[in-house]
Formats: sequence, C-alpha cells, structure tokens
Amino acid sequence: MSATPRKAPLVQARDLAMSFDVSAPWLNRVLERKPRQFLAAVDGVSFEIERGRTLALVGESGCGKSTVARLLVGLYAPTRGDLQFDGLDAHAIFKTPDGLKLRSRIQMIFQDPYASLNPRWIVEDIIGEPLIEHGLITDKAECKAKVGDLLKSVGLSPLDMVKYPHQFSGGQRQRISIARALATEPEFLVCDEPTSALDVSVQAQVLNIMKDLQRARGLTYLFISHNLAVVRHVSDQVGVMYLGRLVELADKHTLFDRPRHPYTRMLIDAIPKMHDTGRARTPVQGEVPNPLNPPTGCTFHPRCPHANDRCRADRPQLLDLGGIKIACHAVEEGRI
Amino acid sequence: MPLLQVKNLVVEFPGRRGTLRALDDISFEIAPGEILGVVGESGAGKSLTGAAIIGLLEPPGRVASGQILLEGQRIDHLGHEGMRHIRGRKIGAIFFFNVTSMNEIYTVGQQLVETIQAHLPVNGAEARARAISLLRDTGISAPEQRIDHYPHQFSGGMRQRVVIALALAAEPKLIVADEPTTALDVSIQAQIISLLKKICKEHGAAVMLITHDMGVIAETCDRVAVLYAGRVAEIGPVHEVIHHPAHPYTAGLMAAIPDMTQDRERLNQIDGAMPRLNAIPTGCAFNPRCPQAFDHCRSARPDLMSAGRTRAACWLHDASVWGGLV
Repeated sequence: MSATPRKAPLVQARDLAMSFDVSAPWLNRVLERKPRQFLAAVDGVSFEIERGRTLALVGESGCGKSTVARLLVGLYAPTRGDLQFDGLDAHAIFKTPDGLKLRSRIQMIFQDPYASLNPRWIVEDIIGEPLIEHGLITDKAECKAKVGDLLKSVGLSPLDMVKYPHQFSGGQRQRISIARALATEPEFLVCDEPTSALDVSVQAQVLNIMKDLQRARGLTYLFISHNLAVVRHVSDQVGVMYLGRLVELADKHTLFDRPRHPYTRMLIDAIPKMHDTGRARTPVQGEVPNPLNPPTGCTFHPRCPHANDRCRADRPQLLDLGGIKIACHAVEEGRI
Repeated sequence: MPLLQVKNLVVEFPGRRGTLRALDDISFEIAPGEILGVVGESGAGKSLTGAAIIGLLEPPGRVASGQILLEGQRIDHLGHEGMRHIRGRKIGAIFFFNVTSMNEIYTVGQQLVETIQAHLPVNGAEARARAISLLRDTGISAPEQRIDHYPHQFSGGMRQRVVIALALAAEPKLIVADEPTTALDVSIQAQIISLLKKICKEHGAAVMLITHDMGVIAETCDRVAVLYAGRVAEIGPVHEVIHHPAHPYTAGLMAAIPDMTQDRERLNQIDGAMPRLNAIPTGCAFNPRCPQAFDHCRSARPDLMSAGRTRAACWLHDASVWGGLV
C-alpha cells in the first residue's frame, strides 16, 4: 500500500503441486484392471509473501488450503514446483542436515487446540520441546525462564506452566499453541484455521494477540480460514482457492470491495450480513465437484453463471490484470 | 397461545462433589410459526436447553424444577415412553452431527419411511411417496433414485438436507435445530439456512435455532435469546438485540465479531472467560467481566427486566437500584 521499494519476498511458492496416490491396492489393480488414480489436492499454486505481511487463503472444504499449509512447513514434499524461503530452496534443504535449522524459522499453528497439545504433558514440556529439539537451550532453568517469557507474551501467567492442557479453556489452549510456535523465534508462521474451533469472544482475544505479536516481532503469516470476515480482519492479501488452484489473488480491499472472479463474488455474497437482519443471502448454487474427477476447462464452470464454451474446454491461467491476479476467461475477455 | 412455553427451567447434574446447576431459571416462549434463535458461547447451556425440550437430557442430567409446555400441555414429566410419541410427531430435531444422526447401514428411504410410519397411519407405498416428496422439497435432485442411496453416498450439505427431511417427516409443529450449519462451508450454509426458512414457512413449523453464529441468527430469526452461564442474559426481537443490545454481554459479543464493512486494527474483546459451573460468581454471573459493573451487581442477581424493546437481566435497567443516574 505504501510506496516503499519492492523487497524480495520472504516466501515464494512457484507452481506448487501435491497429488496423492489414491489407487486401489496392487492386487485389485491387477485382478480388476483398475487404473492408478491420483488426487491433485494442490495443482500449481504460485504466490509470494513479503516479510511482515499476511497472506490469507480462503475456499470451501477440500479446495487444498490445508495441503498448501503442510507443503509450506515441509510436512509434505511437493510433487511439482518449489518453495523459496528467504532465497533458499526450502524443500531441498529440508532433506539435508541443515533442514532442522530452516524448520526452526517456519512454524505452524493448528486448527484444533484440543487435539494439537499432548494431554499427558505439562505446558512447560509442550512449549519447551521445540527449544530442546532444536538445541536452542540445554539448561533446565534457562528453559523454564524462556517458557515463562513465552507464556507472558501470549497473555498467560508463567505460573500456568505446571498445568496440563485439560486445565485450560479452548482460547487459552490456542494461546499455548501460539507460544509453542513462537518458541524457536520463527520468522514465518503458518496458521491453519487457528480460530475456527473458538467462540467469537475468544476468537477476538486470539486474533488480537496474533496481530500484536506480528507488530512486535515482524512476523510473516500465512493465514488459512474459511471465515471471510476473519480473513478481511487479519490479512493484507487474500488468495481464493478452488479445487486445488488459485482463482483470484489480490489486496484485501480490492478483493472484498471489487471481487472479480465469479467464485469470489459468490463466496462474498454468501456471507451472512450482521447489519441486515432478515435479508436473505444469495445462496451459492451447487457444490464443490469431486476432485478425483474434476470438470474439464475451468473447474468452476458447472456452478458459474457466466460460463461459455471456452470455459468448458479451456483451462484459464492465473493472469495479472491491473494489479490483481485472476484465472477467469470471462474477466479476461471483459464479459464481466 | 404460545406453541412452546418454558417456565423457570432448572437443569441439574448431581455429582459426587455436589450438584451442578447447568440451566438456572430459564423462561421463554415460542409462538406458532416463529423462529427463535438461541445464542451463547460453548457451555452457556444452548444445547442443553434444546435437549431438555425434546426430553433427551443425558443422565445424570435432570430437570430439577420448572415446566415445559407444548400447546399448553406439560411435557417435561412424560418420561421416556411418553416423549417418544412427542418427538418426531410434534417436535422434530436437527442436530449438528448430521454425520452421526443417520444410520449408515440403512438407505435414506428406509429411514424416512420408518420415521413416517412410526408417526402417521400410512402404508408402505404412501410413506415412500411422501418420503420422495419430502426429499424433493428439501432440494435433492432426482429423489426417486437418491431415496435408495445410503447416507455415505451424500455430501455433507446433501446429508443435512436429508436430516431436515427426516425432522419434517411427521409434520411436527416445532423443530429444534441444534447447530444445523456448523460443520458446513459458508456457501452450503447459505443454502441450508434458506431451505430451513422456506420449508418451515411452507409447513407452518416453528423453529428453535441453536447456534453460536450471530450472522445466521441475524438473517434467519424473528427473536433471539442470548444465554450466558446457564441463564438468559437478554431476549428480544433480533433487530433490537443486534443493533441496540441492552445487556453489556450482548454488546461485547456483537463488538467481538469481525466486520465486513469497516476496518479495525483490534477487535473488541471481552476479557476473561465464561465461569465454570462450579464457580459461578455471586450476583450477576457476568459481573467480573463487565465494564459497567457496580456494587449491586456483585451482590444481587438480576432477573429479566424490561430494557427498551428487549428484556435483559441487567441492573443497569433498574433505575431504582442505582438511583437513576443515567
């Protein structure tokens, strides 16, 4: 938004793709002549995130948001494409002994604070584990002090470190997850639906903490959510995904004020409007198609009111149109 | 006469270390054909209120006092066998876990036909015809074929449509819908909500819609009840509660929701968390988190009182208590 000179992005994904082998077992393939089958969960996604900024990915369930998150932290190795982190080829380095050092710079916050914390460990061990694992701290007393600092930074008390996860509420647990992710002093945090399991009042607390930490530590976020109101609040840039591909990528104000792609428009129309009581939403027509057998051409064409023959046959590429990136024939041709 | 009256309902869970009072003196009414929203945070007692009305409280939970009346008849003391004739016939239920609220080893048609025949005097062919028309009403395409499919062959949104069809099978007067759209994407959610609204209007059914999503409440309900720590904090017409909340908790809850129309650097947050049932503060349960609490709030518990066009359980609306220093 400001006219600062363009910096090299911290995170740069180029044509990232991940397909899963969902074939029938070998014997069935031989006997029943079933073919091998692959599910393209992420199919060529490219984006950049500048240092200190937040990119949000939105989309319906099954569109590949979480797979992108797992690719970025190295939980999956991509089947195609590469990920540059601070100028380094991240997935090549993950395989070498230097991988551990790189991993400490990229951390992840998971969706469900009830499942992502070990119920048999006390908070001190949960938050201290990455410190010891990465060899950042070996001294027990030093570890305690560091865990105390981390708890304070997320608004909990150092006295809480002797407690077990079940002694905390959902919002407090998610703060523990954040403290654990911050332990290795990462530069990049991948947040996979961090507040979708929380109540709105608790969600507000967690989102405020995440924003405060970003400002204080210059963190870069990839924020995944299906809640567009939350995305609008936290992000700088927003990418909309549909069936494993980015269909629109733009600055958040541009995207929410002037959505271009028909799918983005549908998603925004489908949000319940708080200040318009009794107003009926325009429901999105249809459902996400089966990703095993995606439609030809533009995968959105069966649900799209502007689809024509070209959309049914020809797959649109993500093009740069006046500052936004969009994959849609109708927008490219000026039909909408 | 209201369709459903809940009067001073108290639900308790006896335990080894004393009895927990999960719902404490809840009263509200639902008129025929009305949609009442019930909102609150996890643990506020929303789902428990629904479970008490349909007689499905998990033991050892029990209705300790108060009354539930359906069409003027008490239904809270009917017992298991008596409630079986009410559930389905008079009160339909739609649950959040649509995945688990259908039997995976029967086809959708078998389940619908069984439900219809359990409550209505029809033969198999008539029941099947009715099942097909219900599926068509809920927007399932090719219901003649889909009726013979198993639940796992439906997507999440389609399955929730089937659950709505099941709830409507015997033309109940009231539908208790507990988080009907929570597990669904926002796009599918919009489809289900507009379906629920349309179909209840056509069938003349009233709905008690339990959810934590204020957006869904705003666009669907006529009136809304806000629950906090097992009590009704505020109840009134949905427009009033959202735009002119009378209870500080409702106001805080509204301000915590990220807004699509304006930019805010920080969201308003209500500090702290809802009290546990074994540690409910004396006086108003919200007083430790309330920015406007005064001495009286810490000692005396407010009941619902008139507050503009809604009713709120908050001493701020009783001028006699704080001397009318508005």
